[in-house]
Amino acid sequence: MASEEASRSPPRSRQEPGRRAPRQDKYSVLLPTYNERENLPLIVWLLVKSFSQSGIDYEIIIIDDGSPDGTRDVAEQLEKIYGSNKILLRPREKKLGLGTAYIHGLKYATGNYIIIMDADLSHHPKFIPEFIRKQKEGNFDIVSGTRYKGNGGVYGWDLKRKIISRGANFITQILLRPGASDLTGSFRLYRKEVLQKLIEKCVSKGYVFQMEMIIRARQLNYTIGEVPISFVDRVYGESKLGGNEIVSFLKGLLTLFATT
Amino acid sequence: MTKLAQWLWALALLGSAWAALTMGALGLELPSSCQEVLWPLPAYLLVSAGCYALGTVGYRVATFHDCEDAARELQSQIQEARADLARRGMRF
Repeated sequence: MASEEASRSPPRSRQEPGRRAPRQDKYSVLLPTYNERENLPLIVWLLVKSFSQSGIDYEIIIIDDGSPDGTRDVAEQLEKIYGSNKILLRPREKKLGLGTAYIHGLKYATGNYIIIMDADLSHHPKFIPEFIRKQKEGNFDIVSGTRYKGNGGVYGWDLKRKIISRGANFITQILLRPGASDLTGSFRLYRKEVLQKLIEKCVSKGYVFQMEMIIRARQLNYTIGEVPISFVDRVYGESKLGGNEIVSFLKGLLTLFATT
Repeated sequence: MTKLAQWLWALALLGSAWAALTMGALGLELPSSCQEVLWPLPAYLLVSAGCYALGTVGYRVATFHDCEDAARELQSQIQEARADLARRGMRF
């Protein structure tokens, strides 16, 4: 396959003074999945397309939490199609949460940069080359996708959802002054060691976990770059924003407000 | 210092400045017009902060981009992906 060729021979020789070993950057995508048999092949296809078009060295680590819908079987087929050096299956027995999924995936990641994103097609891989460009431009520790800036935006949200999202974002900005415009999004690029450090420090779950990552990053003086993204709400499957989500978001927000 | 502590400090500072001025604790003889403005000032500030918040959120909701193009692009890529994967032997 063409992408394999690209990874063996670096597309451009990049010599950086001050770096000991001028090795090529490699990007590991962590894809936690639960019941994503419809979306997984599509997201992987889009990822492979995006990476091989821009000649980026990559691997995709699929962390499936024992989905009953056969996501794992689909993942195994993808591994056969694209090769086990590109698609790494690192499943877990049962649903154990996002934070631990990242820890689990990180153990196997061989890239020096990590990309985290949702596997439900709401995050489009076409933005990854922009993330990488942004990271190099400012030598950032983290590059975060943002729905709230520039050409960023959403698709498939009704007025109520938009009001909740903008309102929650406004309150968060006022209370926490985080230095990034999209705290609850989860499409981000991290230096590997930065992500490792941040996960160690973070205690919350769900939406708040993504928020806490940025808040801790600010505390540890990591730099954050931002890239506007379009967020296309789940094509297949149910989008989740219930009363419970809002209550736990507010709880998490107040906890961070009082403790950081 | 936590964000909560920062807020409490700022509120305490402003609150005590306001209290000192309205109670005349500093021994300043403020003209009565100033007094009249000063007394309801916190309420005014609260109301204008509320208006600012509503205005900002409202404006941002109204200008939230609807990414129709992105959704269409994704749909066509999904078709392409399915066809390509099926050709490579993927069983959906």
